[in-house]
Amino acid sequence: MAILTMREALNQALKEEMVRDPNVFILGEEVGAYQGAYKITQGLLAQFGEWRVRDTPIAEEAIAGIAVGAAFTGLRPIAEMMTFNFSLLALDQIVNHAAKYRYMSGGQVRCPMVMRGPSGAATQVSAQHSQAFEAWYAHIPGLVVAMPSTPKDAKGLLKSAIRDDNPVIFMENEILYNHKGEVPDEEYHIPLGLGDVKRVGTDVTIVAWSRSVTTAMAAAKALEEEGIQAEVVDPRTLRPLDEDIIFESVRKTNRCVVVEEGWRIAGFGAEIADRVQRECFDDLDAPVIRVTAEDVPMPYAKTLEKAYLPQPEKVIDAVKRVLYREGRG
Amino acid sequence: MAVSKVVLAKLSPTMEEGTIVKWNKKEGDVIKVGDVLAEIETDKANMEMESQGAGVLRKILVQAGGKAPIGTLIGVIAEPNEDIAPLIAKSGGPAKPAAPAAPAAGDPAAPAAGDPAAPAAKDGAKGAAPKEAAKRDPPPEQEATSKDSAAKQEGAAKAAPAAGAGATGPADAAAASAATPAPAPAETAPDPVSAGANAAAKAAPGDQSASVASSVETQPASAPAPPSNGDAAPRPAPPQGAASGDGGRVKSSPLARSMAAQKNIDLSSVAGSGPGGRIIKRDIESWSGSAPRAATGAAASAPAARPAAPVPSVAPGTEIPLSSMRKVIAKRLAESKFTAPHFYVSMEIAMDGAVGLREQIQRLEDVKVSFNDLIVKACAKALTRFPMVNASWMGDKIATHAEVHIGVAVAVPDGLIVPVVRNADRKSILDISREVKDLAGRARDKKLKPEEFMGSTFSISNLGMYDVTEFTAIINPPESAILAVGAVRRIPVVDGDDIRIGHRMTVTMSSDHRVVDGALAAQFLNEVRRLLESPVSLFV
Repeated sequence: MAILTMREALNQALKEEMVRDPNVFILGEEVGAYQGAYKITQGLLAQFGEWRVRDTPIAEEAIAGIAVGAAFTGLRPIAEMMTFNFSLLALDQIVNHAAKYRYMSGGQVRCPMVMRGPSGAATQVSAQHSQAFEAWYAHIPGLVVAMPSTPKDAKGLLKSAIRDDNPVIFMENEILYNHKGEVPDEEYHIPLGLGDVKRVGTDVTIVAWSRSVTTAMAAAKALEEEGIQAEVVDPRTLRPLDEDIIFESVRKTNRCVVVEEGWRIAGFGAEIADRVQRECFDDLDAPVIRVTAEDVPMPYAKTLEKAYLPQPEKVIDAVKRVLYREGRG
Repeated sequence: MAVSKVVLAKLSPTMEEGTIVKWNKKEGDVIKVGDVLAEIETDKANMEMESQGAGVLRKILVQAGGKAPIGTLIGVIAEPNEDIAPLIAKSGGPAKPAAPAAPAAGDPAAPAAGDPAAPAAKDGAKGAAPKEAAKRDPPPEQEATSKDSAAKQEGAAKAAPAAGAGATGPADAAAASAATPAPAPAETAPDPVSAGANAAAKAAPGDQSASVASSVETQPASAPAPPSNGDAAPRPAPPQGAASGDGGRVKSSPLARSMAAQKNIDLSSVAGSGPGGRIIKRDIESWSGSAPRAATGAAASAPAARPAAPVPSVAPGTEIPLSSMRKVIAKRLAESKFTAPHFYVSMEIAMDGAVGLREQIQRLEDVKVSFNDLIVKACAKALTRFPMVNASWMGDKIATHAEVHIGVAVAVPDGLIVPVVRNADRKSILDISREVKDLAGRARDKKLKPEEFMGSTFSISNLGMYDVTEFTAIINPPESAILAVGAVRRIPVVDGDDIRIGHRMTVTMSSDHRVVDGALAAQFLNEVRRLLESPVSLFV
């Protein structure tokens, strides 16, 4: 098995799917000649030509609109958002068109498109460029929302996303692009809607996705030294959500902490906490505790950025609280 | 780590005050959450009191041997160099509500904290101060300027989420502060949704109010919590009518509840080690008592419906730890016997009519009623004519009960319990029979609800099925009398100039002489005898 960065794994997925299916094409800002703002589309222009790797103006609504229209006619567009912060400009195309037509046409029109790009905080890109919008998209029926945390998941999920007949919001993470991990050499897919236990444990369930999995794993490692075995569950797609894998874990550990980079209020962790309290009520020994970004716009200062984001220490603290260990008074 | 108050916790559902038997920790000891701080004698037993906070036990305020009502500050846990003088000073005086805290709410820092961009109130203590203020009722003199105080509360409300900055966010910060120590101190309004908190919640905009509300919801309010459901101890029935289970609730995690249900553990017999005394998984796992739903009172008595109660197998020469049921039995009956001056009146009752009635009911209705069912009905009916027997000694007065609830002692494997037939005077014999069978069955399965074994006004203990001729029972407080019933025997009786076989039963009533005098007891028993000897009277 090869050790790849998530960047390379995503690039492989794009390449393989474009080779396999001539209907797959890429459009976005700087995806061609510049080979991607984050080099995810490296080498693709040279291999597949301008017809299938389209540079666009800085016009997110147009990128999304073209993708939606192309998907309606049977193509499989992959629209890159330089970051999901800019996708707000494309929301109408996604929410009112991509997500709706299959339903409103009685299944006659499908929208097999992928909108992908980095989401969440990077390093000191401040309030407008650090946002985690997964809850916004997960809110919409008709969309699929995938958020990989490892190179292997990224490749397997992206291939499934490209082949899916529904619009898939594929949220990557800038910090994770350089993270390395084993990626199978052979062809494989990871089905949308299937979660993964990233670490087996008995004492507490930590639910996390995307970069938060890294945070949760660091916390779990530190907790192990204190004799606490945390289980880290990564749903991988938020919609559809593999709730069973979460319930199964919580029923085993009796405690649940949810870690997310989004804001607390109406964040996706609230959806998980809601389902857990309803389906695992008699199995819970403590309330579900959420570790989220702080309820403010992301500050620019490095120290404040750290304070704003979920950190392993915050997760450790939350775990101790659901375990009724010391933790913060 | 903020200062943790060590407050005398409610360690049994009926506990109102406790005695510090001993401190397991001394001043200066380092304390972890869950450490046993002290042994407390409650109304039921000596219980261990665990620490809800961590730090150093800086001060012991109530020494071993001292007695205090629940909610009293008995010690302080804090960091070694933290200033605890104000807290101690406060504990000395009576309630001094918002006055000192209000200025904190109006602290110039508060508006800044309200600005979402400001990191604000990093210091936990600072964040806590406004919340404290919001928690408390404004003192009367502040009500006049309620608008002003509402504005200050708004500041407090906004500050509260910001205080979470160092942590995991507003609501969790609130939860964390709620998770801190022990029950609410005496000066905190017992109703957590105090006027001040309301004002704050209303004044705060949108989502902010939600976090305030959640912080309010999670305040541990265990100090004033009413006694629990699972309480076995019969308490004085209200003079005006039916005694029933109170609305109290034992705080417990859902998991703890389902575990307790599975293991048949009465949550009220478990001491909670979670925030605010919440019973959590580890409390159930480490629970070593037995016999939930301890019965109380009543006599050295026996099963009512099913004869052979299982005999527990006990190896000779062993020491048997007390189950919580055994403790309750020991305490309550000793209390009854040593407090209420018992006297005993016995009477032999001819049961030939009752025997005939029983056979008739069986023939006509195809239902088997027991002698005991008839005795329940007879006593209930007699009590309506003798309200002084259906009464309780209240210390400075006697209360007669408006309704008649008959307790029927039932032997269970590890003790006894006294389920209650409510308003037995108004029920038919068949209804009573059905009800007693159901109650006794469920009593043995430990499935009785608290209201089903609480609130009796008179009890009956029957050892007839063991062929006991006669015995005396101990009064089940706060009742004033109990009837001990022997077996119905076939004996030769003189009938005119003939000797024939008759059915006779001896009953012995134990009465509390503070309430019931000998003549009254005799008259009452005569009425019971009249009803049983001509049982048609039971139907009119």
